[in-house]
Amino acid sequence: MTIREQREQAELRDQRAPREQAAAAIETAGLCKSYGSHEVLRGLDLTVPRGTVYALLGPNGAGKTTAVRILATLATADAGTARVAGFDVRTERARVRRSISLTGQFAAVDEMQTGAENLRMMARLAPSATGGRPSRAEARAKAAGLLARFGLTDAADRLVKTYSGGMRRRLDLATSLVGSPEIIFLDEPTTGLDPRSRQELWAVVRELRAEGTTVFLTTQYLEEADQLADRIAVLDAGSLVAEGTAAELKQRVSDHRLDITLADSAAYLRLSPRATYSDPASLTLGIPTDGSAAEVRALLDELDPARTAITAFTLHSATLDDVFLTLTGRPPAPDPAARTPPAIAPTTEPAPATPKDPSHV
Amino acid sequence: MSDALIMSGRALRMSRRNVDALITALALPVMLLLIFVYFFGGAIDTGTNQQYVTYVVPGVLLLCAGFGSSNTAIAVVEDLKTGIIDRFRSLDIGGAPILAGHVAASAARNLVATALVFALAFAIGFRPAATLAGWPAALGVLLAFILALSWLSAAVGLLAKSPEAAGGFTFFVSFLPYPSTAFVPTDSMPSWLRGFAEHQPITQVIESLRGLLLGRPVGWTPWIALAWCAGILGASVAASAWLFRRRTG
Repeated sequence: MTIREQREQAELRDQRAPREQAAAAIETAGLCKSYGSHEVLRGLDLTVPRGTVYALLGPNGAGKTTAVRILATLATADAGTARVAGFDVRTERARVRRSISLTGQFAAVDEMQTGAENLRMMARLAPSATGGRPSRAEARAKAAGLLARFGLTDAADRLVKTYSGGMRRRLDLATSLVGSPEIIFLDEPTTGLDPRSRQELWAVVRELRAEGTTVFLTTQYLEEADQLADRIAVLDAGSLVAEGTAAELKQRVSDHRLDITLADSAAYLRLSPRATYSDPASLTLGIPTDGSAAEVRALLDELDPARTAITAFTLHSATLDDVFLTLTGRPPAPDPAARTPPAIAPTTEPAPATPKDPSHV
Repeated sequence: MSDALIMSGRALRMSRRNVDALITALALPVMLLLIFVYFFGGAIDTGTNQQYVTYVVPGVLLLCAGFGSSNTAIAVVEDLKTGIIDRFRSLDIGGAPILAGHVAASAARNLVATALVFALAFAIGFRPAATLAGWPAALGVLLAFILALSWLSAAVGLLAKSPEAAGGFTFFVSFLPYPSTAFVPTDSMPSWLRGFAEHQPITQVIESLRGLLLGRPVGWTPWIALAWCAGILGASVAASAWLFRRRTG
């Protein structure tokens, strides 16, 4: 084969490669990463289908940011493989970078430039679809479009240092869209935002998904993963403890918790094996539930048939702590088969007996 | 290359708006020149019969260039802190264009400060006697010094953990012209210091500037100065490439 033929074949292969392996936007196998003696990731396996929103849920220090940095080619894994947009993050770094964008935990925009200047600069740096750099005029048009889309047109010519937290985050997200990436990484996009800004950001994520963009986000908030994600992976100390759709996950972990205050310690001890939360000082136990009136009523009757043991109760949304207690804190370790509803064993899984109403998801 | 131009535009815009730093960078040369000429000048015997202002201008130019260039370290630390470098990297922009942008902005800032020093110096009696070739040669040596020190400073910025730490480098660089021929002849220094003062790179740069501006024969000095600058620049570019990978890997 001549050199030219070889090159043509290689080019053909390169053109086909992303489509042929296009089944998954992100695929990792056995990713490991340590910093010194601290193991941050211990064998992470993920598969993110194209065009979906995928949430990596976990507490601080679980390894979420490290995972994102490896997938975005900003850090190198010690072991394991990862393909993003069909390209290997280690050997095809440049191609991966052309397909993705990353928005980190802190708004990575220049305070001493205006919103429009930040966007124009990024638009000029981002490779266009053909691989070349866009012209000044193209960059200007792109920036104007993004400013309008993110409601920043009025603030376009103000220095970013005068922006509110929510505006900064929106600008940050807007700058990450300049290259029209196939896959967007959002590392804790709403941490530190007020409720209204959070809603606005959620709306943008939904819009991106509607346009067919794959969104990979990390979050500490169960609600956020639930609201946005098609699939959720729960990361704990560097490995996954659960993975599935929001509905599947919620069949394992209830999204509400009924906290009951008991009349005496005898009742407290009798019921404590069912609790995912306990506070002996106030004789309070937290019992997982879906939060529906029917189930709460049934649960109260079941726990306290004589109607003397429970003196008070409160109902609130499950926190990430509750999820983790359920998934990791209760021996024996959850059976992978328990991801499907029939396999839930009430003795090990405090999930409610009835399947959830899908409209609640 | 076009990446480096975009990065330079960015760094220039940001330095123009960093009013505090800009005032310091422009006020410092003015104050230093006035202090040296009017406070100390009368008491210093340069061993020649020229006015002290003529002796000291190259020193003040260099002191300001050193101070201005070392501010590059602070800009680099800020970039690392905000995470914007990660964003640039995710757009496949390497470390070299980012640092080159800061160095270019530093050169532009320092050339403005240089112009200011010259203007003020003329106003208070500085009379250079440079030849037609002497002017561009002097400016070339000064620019080489600015580029070398700015890139060294960028490398220090990659090493520093905080803007305060990077600021320490500014202090160190501002001190270096004192043990040289910048402000006083070295004759009065103790011999061990004189050895350092007469051979350190800043003296080579100053003697080149002084000779070229005053139209004196300079011999090899400008070439030695340029060699120093090239050496510092080369080492800094290499070190910063390595540090960038280490810091951002």
